[in-house]
Amino acid sequence: MGGFTLLRRQSLLGDALAHAALPGVCVAFLITGSKQPLPLLTGALCAGLLGALYVVLVVRGSRIKEDSAIGIVLSVFYAVGIVLLTRIQKLPAGNQSGLDKYLFGQAAALVQEDLEVMAGVGVVLVAAVFLLWKELKLLTFDRAFGQSLGFPMRGLEVVLTCLLVVVVVVGLQTVGVVLMVATLITPAASARQWTDRLGPMILLSAAIGGLSGAAGALLSASFEKLPTGPTIVLVSSSVLFVSLLFAPRRGILWSMWRERVFGARIRRENLLKDLYLLGERRGSWSTHVPFPILLGMRGDRPGRTRRDVRRLIRSGLLERSGDGLRLEPEGLLAAERLVRKHRLWEVYLTRRLDLPTDHVHRDAEAMEHALSDAAVNEFEGRLGFPATDPHGRPIPPRRD
Amino acid sequence: MSAEVRQESPPVESGAASADAPSRAITALEVHDLTVAYRTKPVLWDVDLALPEGHLVAIVGPNGAGKSTLLKAVMGIVKPITGWVQVYSAPYAQRRSWVGYVPQRESVDWDFPTSAIDVVLMGLYGRVGWIRRPSREHKAIAMRCLEQVGIPELAHRQISQLSGGQQQRVFLARALAQEAKLYLMDEPFAGVDATTERAVLELLQNLRREGKTVVAVHHDLQTVAEYFDWVVLLNMRLVAAGPTSTTFTQENLQRTYGGRLTVLSQAAEALLSKRTLREKR
Repeated sequence: MGGFTLLRRQSLLGDALAHAALPGVCVAFLITGSKQPLPLLTGALCAGLLGALYVVLVVRGSRIKEDSAIGIVLSVFYAVGIVLLTRIQKLPAGNQSGLDKYLFGQAAALVQEDLEVMAGVGVVLVAAVFLLWKELKLLTFDRAFGQSLGFPMRGLEVVLTCLLVVVVVVGLQTVGVVLMVATLITPAASARQWTDRLGPMILLSAAIGGLSGAAGALLSASFEKLPTGPTIVLVSSSVLFVSLLFAPRRGILWSMWRERVFGARIRRENLLKDLYLLGERRGSWSTHVPFPILLGMRGDRPGRTRRDVRRLIRSGLLERSGDGLRLEPEGLLAAERLVRKHRLWEVYLTRRLDLPTDHVHRDAEAMEHALSDAAVNEFEGRLGFPATDPHGRPIPPRRD
Repeated sequence: MSAEVRQESPPVESGAASADAPSRAITALEVHDLTVAYRTKPVLWDVDLALPEGHLVAIVGPNGAGKSTLLKAVMGIVKPITGWVQVYSAPYAQRRSWVGYVPQRESVDWDFPTSAIDVVLMGLYGRVGWIRRPSREHKAIAMRCLEQVGIPELAHRQISQLSGGQQQRVFLARALAQEAKLYLMDEPFAGVDATTERAVLELLQNLRREGKTVVAVHHDLQTVAEYFDWVVLLNMRLVAAGPTSTTFTQENLQRTYGGRLTVLSQAAEALLSKRTLREKR
């Protein structure tokens, strides 16, 4: 359920619905005077649906945007709930101990009957998501296209929102109004980090949610005075934290590592290019260039440059004799390809975009690492096979 | 909706109507007296349009001229205040399976966790029907459509890892999967690379050769005459519609992009916002 809410960017709606359910609980208590879960949950359900309806009406009937409407519903309903809760507390008949578990959640107070309700809701949910899988996917990804196919998207939206309300209301007893949205969203956000497909994402999200619940409950049972709801939320948040950091491709560490690898590649390519340019000036690439001279040209940290050189030697692009370095034939070719890309790109910029010649170098400095060989060959043709770059230096020919 | 809804019904199709003009081509899409407003802001005003089958039709007009809205109104995604739409002489609801739709590429979240072929399969959802899952044959169809747009090797790639041009091709493949007679495309050439542009053009020409009709919102005035043989000039009102060679003229363009419509749009706004101006039934 959280998965769809997250992907439809309605996380806030979930939060609002949770808050909206509170006055429902209070009203139900005032009417029935009972603390049985069923009447109270029914009240919460009605209030939640009312809140959802209210959001829709506000958005449709005024110029208020959805996020503001959700904010309004959240605070108004919550305020009403708190007012009612305080009133109930002052009533002679009512001590609110049974009701404030909806505010903060009290998993330990769950009884057999609560669990049966939850299990029932769970079965209905799984069935609904399973049956309407394709339609819900369409709704979430491309609503307009779904409409063009004739699927009643608005109806599906209503169904989805109702399911969301039910989930939220049932979850209230465990984690309470305030933390409900976390249990809804964090497992889905974690799951999204690990997979690029909807099915696995929803399953994984359910698994993370379930396991966080179990782990949180176990933790709070084994340590004294550890509240269950918040512990569950802390567990699932930790899962999210780990997911954000370590997940392949989408994780923060992954992109940092990629950045590093890419940066190292660019450094090595520039090193080869510098040697090429030096050789070009001297008219020959056959003499060895002392390492300090190369270091001076690079202007990079000595340790890192030395590592780059070692790596290039290992891959057969550089040759070392004593302290001197020389491009191997293969290294010479690689450097030549880079210079070719750089200079052709400069020609392209000056000719096609009318940039002055002193503005093009920096841009070409980046493009030489990004352009593919095929792309370069293609636009070399379109530029009419120029022999020199805008600064008058020769463009190395194609060699393949 | 604040404005009053006056839904006219289209004329009943009879043998006599088509016998009237036997030499004329079949009308793929007919729009009559179509007015659409978002709240009190009119977007389309009294648009009458009849597009013959077998043409590549460009819808051209300035930003906010109601081009996308026209397509959406045809498919019932936005509800018109007045007017009706017919696809091959029948209401859209009866002709759904004859119409393929390519929405604007930016209209969806491409970070959605799904693969290219999965998106193409959505084109078949109408045929698959409620609750049932796409079968192996459906997947084979989707694969063929990806081959037609030249990216079968990207079938299982996550859609956020596709380039803009490739994403556009996925959307086109999804429309192809609909096996429609009339294709409505919202800016199929927007923000694609040169290679994709050529591929899309080739695809459109193939569709026309098969006798299909393509109605595409198009932004690049330079290429209208080259790519399309029929043009609809739109700026809230219909300015002109007809074969590109006679309709896509400097004068008509001036009328489409010139500022003369401001008075009209103000009048329209007044009419729609002050309900007291209208008789209540």
